[in-house]
Amino acid sequence: MSREPLWEVFIRSRRGLSHVHAGSLHAADAEMALRNARDVYTRRQEGVSIWVVPASAILASSPEEKDAFFDPAADKVYRHPTFYEIPEGVEHL
Amino acid sequence: MMLTFVTSAVTVVDVYGNDFTAPGDEPTAPSASPAGARPEEPASFVALLESEGRVEPRDEMPEGYRKTLVRQIAQHAHSEIIGMQPEGNWISRAPSLRRKAILMAKVQDEAGHGLYLYAAAETLGVDRADLLDQLHSGRQKYSSIFNYPTLTWADVGAIGWLVDGAAIVNQVPLCRCSYGPYARAMVRVCKEESFHQRQGFEILHTLSHGSDAQKAMAQDAVDRYWWPSLMMFGPPDDDSPNSAQSMAWGIKRFSNDDLRQRFIDMTVPQAEALGLTLPDTAIAWNEERGHYDHTPVDFTELFEVIRGNGPCNEQRLSHRVKAHEDGAWVREAAAAYADKQAARQSHEGAA
Ligand SMILES: [Fe+2]
Ligand SMILES: [Fe+2]
Repeated sequence: MSREPLWEVFIRSRRGLSHVHAGSLHAADAEMALRNARDVYTRRQEGVSIWVVPASAILASSPEEKDAFFDPAADKVYRHPTFYEIPEGVEHL
Repeated sequence: MMLTFVTSAVTVVDVYGNDFTAPGDEPTAPSASPAGARPEEPASFVALLESEGRVEPRDEMPEGYRKTLVRQIAQHAHSEIIGMQPEGNWISRAPSLRRKAILMAKVQDEAGHGLYLYAAAETLGVDRADLLDQLHSGRQKYSSIFNYPTLTWADVGAIGWLVDGAAIVNQVPLCRCSYGPYARAMVRVCKEESFHQRQGFEILHTLSHGSDAQKAMAQDAVDRYWWPSLMMFGPPDDDSPNSAQSMAWGIKRFSNDDLRQRFIDMTVPQAEALGLTLPDTAIAWNEERGHYDHTPVDFTELFEVIRGNGPCNEQRLSHRVKAHEDGAWVREAAAAYADKQAARQSHEGAA
């Protein structure tokens, strides 16, 4: 019986961009996960840097609590610049 | 062509993201609800579908939707990895180093496609090892197209051009599938597929402009792969019991016949460019319909192949099982090494 935990793979496609989730794979350890991620997700030079993270280490917000969880942001429109009224003709603001 | 279907007793067979059935086998298709009778579906799910939104792994979804996806994605994944065999057969005999490198890259891509798809299936709460087990024990199927043999080098060309071509026509609409992880896997797959079809076309083009014997070889491959390729789209719409539900769920976007027609319309001019003929004398442009007419596909053969009576069913499966068993020591060694490293680290950490 093999024991290959799941890893989530994040790839930086080029310098200046952040790592983005690309997919997942199974591997016995982190080093194997990294090598496999290279072979699976960057065969066409899709990346310049790879992160692998054990899927079990990720804590995700729950979709059921989606509304309650994100509610606090819903009534704070004043966080957006469009909320404010600026007199006609005022520039660079 | 008359086919009567028993919709309650079916073996569902997925072909590169299509989902169809052979009459009279074991009962599956948990989701196939009679048209009109919508089962209870969570409101959040219905709302997502109505707004063309994507369903993500932890969202509420009907059990039938989940099961249909697991079955379809798993069988799609199985098709990708079994599909490595017919072409893998020619890697060591490719006619040049260039062709060999290309073929290896293509076959490796198919392994990758399998991996993306198994990963997508796992987001639905199933285990990859379990899915492989179901493939190996024959409880889940793979695309029937891979039960045909690759007799000549030209078959490698015909597979790339026709089989990957048909797969692309099936897979492109799946990039808009309602289930997010499946759709994302398809985007990645479709990006990689286009070279597969082109390299096949190029092989056939080279052969059809070579010696008479080479041209005959190319024609023979096309003659053998044409009808099985058309069968990849599944039975005619009237005989496709699961299609309506899959369409309602946004898993499937176009009917089998529409996709088949699209493939034929694309392929006929390409065959002309190759200087090869398609083995159907009824193919003719229909001005009124704006499509090519063709002889209806005889599906008796397809269902025989699905039932396990194709030329290579046994060979494909036993090769797959053997490869898996032969690889056991590698998986065990990797696990043992990982354990040793982990033990060493925790020891060092404790010291
Ligand atoms: Fe593929
Ligand atoms: Fe392919």
